[in-house]
Amino acid sequence: MRYLAKEDSKCIQCKACEEICSTTYFKVNDRNKSCIQINEKDGMPEINVCDQCGECIDICPVMAITRDKKGIVRINKKICVGCFMCVGFCSKLSMRQHDDHIEPFKCIACDMCSKVCPTGAIYISERDDSEALEMPLEKIFNK
Amino acid sequence: MDIITLKNNHKLLKEYKYELGKIDKGYANRTLYVNVSDNNIMEKPVTQMMKDKFVGGKGFGLWYLWNAVTSETKWNDPENEIVIAGGPVCGITQYAGTGKSLVCSLSPLTDIPIDSNVGGFFGPLLKFSGFDALEIQGKAEKDVIVYIDGNTGVVTIEEAPLEAVDGHVLGEQLTEMYADNEADKRNVAVVTAGTGAEHSRFGLLNFTFYDPRRKVTRLKQAGRGGIGTVFRDKKIKALIVKFSNVKGDLNNPFDQAIINKTGIKYHKEIHDLDSKQNNMRKIGTANIIEVMDAYDLLPVMNYQYGMHPDTQNIKSTVFIEKYITQGVQDGCWYGCSMACAKAADNFELKTGPYKGQKVTVDGPEYENAAGLGSNCAIFDPEGILELNFYCDTYAIDTISFGTATAFAMECYERGIINKEITGGMELNFGNFEAAAELLHQMSRGEGFGVTVGQGINRMKKLFAEKYGADPDFLFDIGMEQKGLEYSEYGSKESLAQQGGYGLTNKGPQHDEAWLIFMDMVNNQIPTFEDKAEALHYFPMFRTWFGLYGLCKLPWNDIVPADNKYTSEPAKVPEHVQNYLDVVYGVTGKKLSVSDMIKESERVYNFQKIFCIRMGKGLRANDRTPYRSMGPVTKEEYESRQERYDSQLKEKVVYDPEGKSTEEKIAVLRKYRENQYELLMDAVYKRRGWNSNAVPKLEHLKYLDMELPELIEVIKDLQ
Repeated sequence: MRYLAKEDSKCIQCKACEEICSTTYFKVNDRNKSCIQINEKDGMPEINVCDQCGECIDICPVMAITRDKKGIVRINKKICVGCFMCVGFCSKLSMRQHDDHIEPFKCIACDMCSKVCPTGAIYISERDDSEALEMPLEKIFNK
Repeated sequence: MDIITLKNNHKLLKEYKYELGKIDKGYANRTLYVNVSDNNIMEKPVTQMMKDKFVGGKGFGLWYLWNAVTSETKWNDPENEIVIAGGPVCGITQYAGTGKSLVCSLSPLTDIPIDSNVGGFFGPLLKFSGFDALEIQGKAEKDVIVYIDGNTGVVTIEEAPLEAVDGHVLGEQLTEMYADNEADKRNVAVVTAGTGAEHSRFGLLNFTFYDPRRKVTRLKQAGRGGIGTVFRDKKIKALIVKFSNVKGDLNNPFDQAIINKTGIKYHKEIHDLDSKQNNMRKIGTANIIEVMDAYDLLPVMNYQYGMHPDTQNIKSTVFIEKYITQGVQDGCWYGCSMACAKAADNFELKTGPYKGQKVTVDGPEYENAAGLGSNCAIFDPEGILELNFYCDTYAIDTISFGTATAFAMECYERGIINKEITGGMELNFGNFEAAAELLHQMSRGEGFGVTVGQGINRMKKLFAEKYGADPDFLFDIGMEQKGLEYSEYGSKESLAQQGGYGLTNKGPQHDEAWLIFMDMVNNQIPTFEDKAEALHYFPMFRTWFGLYGLCKLPWNDIVPADNKYTSEPAKVPEHVQNYLDVVYGVTGKKLSVSDMIKESERVYNFQKIFCIRMGKGLRANDRTPYRSMGPVTKEEYESRQERYDSQLKEKVVYDPEGKSTEEKIAVLRKYRENQYELLMDAVYKRRGWNSNAVPKLEHLKYLDMELPELIEVIKDLQ
């Protein structure tokens, strides 16, 4: 599955990634509207971004969250009912929400940010599909 | 029969077009009135007075019902209404438990107003279609459905002769009929009853919600008080509402941000704490089966006992491991992260008309497991699931059925009734086949099932008058009050909970107050004043959920990690603040806790006076069966002899040494009945009522509820 990989230790907190993300998707430079966020923990940089684990897929009451062919977890905003359970249940705190919008948003591994990262702290990568956390319906219902 | 044939046989009786509206801060500001006698359909405005005094939900339902009936109206008169209303918060999607509908009607069991709180999608979709409430009056000649198309603004009344009556079939048929395609099914919500509601007084209403993962129409129940019986008496087969494009902000709230913030905080709490606390996401309310047994509170054999070794066969982990599908988002409205609407899938039925079919069983909830299980001594998980399924689809209230069946079983075991009376049925405790047959008889309208379906109050009269039973003994063991069967907790050892059941408006249902742990286990409310304060605060606080379209469970079935360090853990202060924040976010009303209680008090006292108007609601009506207060029989006393003997010594100052059990029962009874009388005095005083349980005029003044029609009812009872 495709995802945005990260190496926190390489991050210099320039926040170019936040700027390109929010301006690309929301036409405004606002870190609260960026799918990737650069934080600090114990004085060290910490990159917070979705790793496409898919835990949120099973949480959505209307099945608006699915995994696409490339393995990227996407939200269908047309059918999303704005409950934000996916935000509350994201163990990595990487599902985003902003009060200007009634649907959540998340990283779709588009590669815009990694292109502007000066240190290579973020980059598109692939990992095995078996690491996906969502449960196939056939398995849930023993079919 | 295929859906097209079913639909082609509909006969249009009335079509009514309306302007689609926009919700403003939680209110659609109008309601829909439908009369199935003359097919009149009209819109009514929601007035400022209604919002100020009644808020919404149950408040609106009781207000409309009051105006529809007279003191003479009976449940099966055409003027009796069924009113379904959400409330101003109903339909938000960010906080758990915000899709509730409140249903009000005059009850066939109690002859006074009943209110029942139910999930499913009908309430929210009704509001998004333009209406804060749906008021149904009249009686149709033939079976009808009422369809509200919230996308186009059309309401129709149609004869629907061929559809099924049973809830699980009819819900599927109508969802299929009115949805454009599979994806559209979640935009259709159906209210049904079932065949059992036609032949019993405790018929319920099923409210559907479509489950996109199971691809099944799920059912939630407005269970208590027989509203489904009223529904079928009106010859209503179903109500349907359709509204597409649900979004998270359709209530046009005053401040969406505070709702988002509060909701996400709560979702995180559930995510982090549910598995450490109650496992609501795994098993729902049934998580407490073994807890109630451990505290000697589980009703066993018609509430004679509070625990049983076989409870291990029906404990929550048995259902989790063997029956209830895990890992599904089981909320009965969007955004309910508590997700307690659990279900057993591919469950093969062993009895009845659907025998051999594999079905989805909605449940079991705790009340089902205790009422259908331990109270009837049916310690069999598959038996409980089967009875649960048939209760739902036949539209039979699991609580009334469980408690009434347990009563009939005890009467059978004690020889008060026999095989001749039961039509050959061996109605012993633990007989699952007999319990299932009672249900099937209720569905078919035949046999002893119809007798049980009349409820305990009427069974007591019948057994005494026709079969020569001792009416006093039947009063002692018949667990009903005001005509309503008790829900499934033993209250013998908690005086406060005896009041929690006995001092209610609609009858003994725990949704007003559940004080057993505070009282009996934690001893937090030792004095009469403490108990009275709790029996004021909690019933008022819990009434409030029904005014706004909320579920009670997210309030205290999970609590913040630091709740135990707060000054009043039983109130869950942080969650109370969440509700005040959410109401502010939706309506713009900034309420304090005392404002909240006052809002409830208005509606609570209104309902109280409504009960008085209909001939109940006084002190005499709060008398409870002794089985709810103490040991009726020798076996019951001896099962807790140590506890009772020491209570006699310490509290009654009576030496039990050398006394017979009968003597001790009599002394203990005198003491406990007196305690209950003292409790009534204290509670009435705290609630602003006189010693006859009548609200004082000055209390109405304090509540800004000096409505002339209320004063008229109570002025001579001061």
